[in-house]
Amino acid sequence: MSKISDAFRGKKAFVAYIMAGDPSLEKTREYVIALQRAGADVIELGIPFSDPIAEGETIQAANLRAFASGTDIEGIFDMVSSLKGEIGVPLLFMTYLNPVFSYGYGAFFKRCAECGISGVIIPDLPFDESGEVTGYTAANGIELISLIAPTSRERIAHIAKQAEGFVYLVSSLGVTGARSEITTDIAALVASVREHTDIPIAVGFGVHSPQQVARIWESADGVIVGSAIVSVIVERGDAAGPFIGEYVRALTAAKRLQTK
Amino acid sequence: MKRQKGRFGEYGGQYVPETLMGALGELEDAYNTFRDDAGFKDELDTYLREYAGRPSRLYFAENMTRELGGARVYLKREDLNHTGSHKLNNVLGQALLARRMGKTRVIAETGAGQHGVAAATVAALLGMECEIFMGREDTRRQALNVYRMKMLGAGVREVCSGTMTLKDAVNETMREWTRRVSDTHYILGSVMGPHPFPTMVRDFQSVIGREAREQILEREGRLPAAVIACVGGGSNAIGAFYNFIGDVDVRLIGCEAAGRGLDTSEHAATIARGRVGVFHGMKSYFCQDGAGQIAPVYSISAGLDYPGIGPEHSHLHDVGRAEYVPVTDDEAVDAFYWLSRVEGIIPAIESAHAVAYARRLAGGLGTGENIIICLSGRGDKDVAAIARYMGEDIHDE
Repeated sequence: MSKISDAFRGKKAFVAYIMAGDPSLEKTREYVIALQRAGADVIELGIPFSDPIAEGETIQAANLRAFASGTDIEGIFDMVSSLKGEIGVPLLFMTYLNPVFSYGYGAFFKRCAECGISGVIIPDLPFDESGEVTGYTAANGIELISLIAPTSRERIAHIAKQAEGFVYLVSSLGVTGARSEITTDIAALVASVREHTDIPIAVGFGVHSPQQVARIWESADGVIVGSAIVSVIVERGDAAGPFIGEYVRALTAAKRLQTK
Repeated sequence: MKRQKGRFGEYGGQYVPETLMGALGELEDAYNTFRDDAGFKDELDTYLREYAGRPSRLYFAENMTRELGGARVYLKREDLNHTGSHKLNNVLGQALLARRMGKTRVIAETGAGQHGVAAATVAALLGMECEIFMGREDTRRQALNVYRMKMLGAGVREVCSGTMTLKDAVNETMREWTRRVSDTHYILGSVMGPHPFPTMVRDFQSVIGREAREQILEREGRLPAAVIACVGGGSNAIGAFYNFIGDVDVRLIGCEAAGRGLDTSEHAATIARGRVGVFHGMKSYFCQDGAGQIAPVYSISAGLDYPGIGPEHSHLHDVGRAEYVPVTDDEAVDAFYWLSRVEGIIPAIESAHAVAYARRLAGGLGTGENIIICLSGRGDKDVAAIARYMGEDIHDE
């Protein structure tokens, strides 16, 4: 059974994203623990990339801070390994394809498995090109999270049928980052995905308020928050730990429904 | 079985966020519908002839030929197109296609500003809204073109992320396309990015080589020994090469920007110094570090200052059908002055890279042979930057 899908079982799930190495790997380790303690059910760790084309300014800046702190992929693997025994929730990597390609697919996903990573999100690897890595992910027990966007339309069926872990439903057009409002009809989009798969559906991009979280939980199985948490880190720097926890608890205050 | 679309050997593909996949599918369908549509072809041909001024001349450069003392040198005069470069060929094709798709707004990246000017021009012609993304470093190097785009009614957005050059302009244009995809077409300016762009842009640019092949056969009664073009993303080069690929005795030579030299970190020589990777929607060669981070590249030429190369070029390189050679800033500037004085033609600094290599090549060939240089653009835009390079300030800014 999938550790990632299991994290959504019997509750509405909260998926948190932070950038590894922002502001340092040591701090990232601390923040991952804080996120789990605050109730995050799945945690995504960004691997910095020079040209993150799916990101808005907040996460672009997080990439730069991660580089500035000397973060590299081996350091990230080591940090994740060191979390064994302390972290029970599934950990995912969010990475662009080129660093993975450059590392070597076989070696990369093997290292992921050794470190206790459960899945990967690769925003510039759409379904049509996923054959690039699926042999390696499957061989190492790593789930490749598929994204579905408001523009996916007839692609939804194909993507949803092969999705594993959970479906990452992109709430809005555009790049990552807080939006004052999400205008997409999320419930309708969730329903159109639900027709084709039983695995959990989580909605992300632009989510930053308790109201948005509650609203998304009405139809989806989970909500994904990234840029808004990263903003707390920007504001609080090395002391962000407690503030991240507080923010996540505030976002999820709408009470997790105990049944789906 | 999953689709493996738009591949040149192992290169190409569609490595973009899911939000754009629908738009790429629509674009591909539209292109497949209209590429062989008599009405579309007629419309494009009419604009190419009446508006762009095609066919462009294949000029016999007699003075060059005499000075170099070898092969007869011909210049394919893309610099004489309206807007001053080959970029218009592709922009006309894509904008007419976008209009048929019901798009009312076009966006584009630009490096030297040649593609941005072409896009702004055609947007004005067709009554479309237009926004151009340009790295801040390039807006400084090419201030004249920024003003031209504004005069034509386009918005110019300065890109301040990363190296603030062409790569970052592409990033930002892609981000903008994901924000507003339904009424907007992204006129990608080179044979790069996700499928169908490398194929579509190549088809629109292949008019260069199609004309040149006919013209040289008419003038010389034989094919050229070599076709030479500068390569950033590689659109003028693939356009010049494409109709000669089957002519196996014709050498196809792409000139990459070696900047301050291949032994420095300041160059943009993707084939010479890059390795295979996946970026900007395509698998191809890229300048990158050991961890797969895209490298900051450098060239005096804003149009060649790009860390990747179109996937078809990567394939032509791998199979040995085309050669890719480095040309430094110094060689290009020298060729810029040389062509200006020998033929009275001021080339774009991009095109000067091809001229520089031709100077090395021509003398070693027989006088009965001929070579074609694709003169992809004119150099008016570069005058201030070249002056700066020579230590003079002529107040362009």
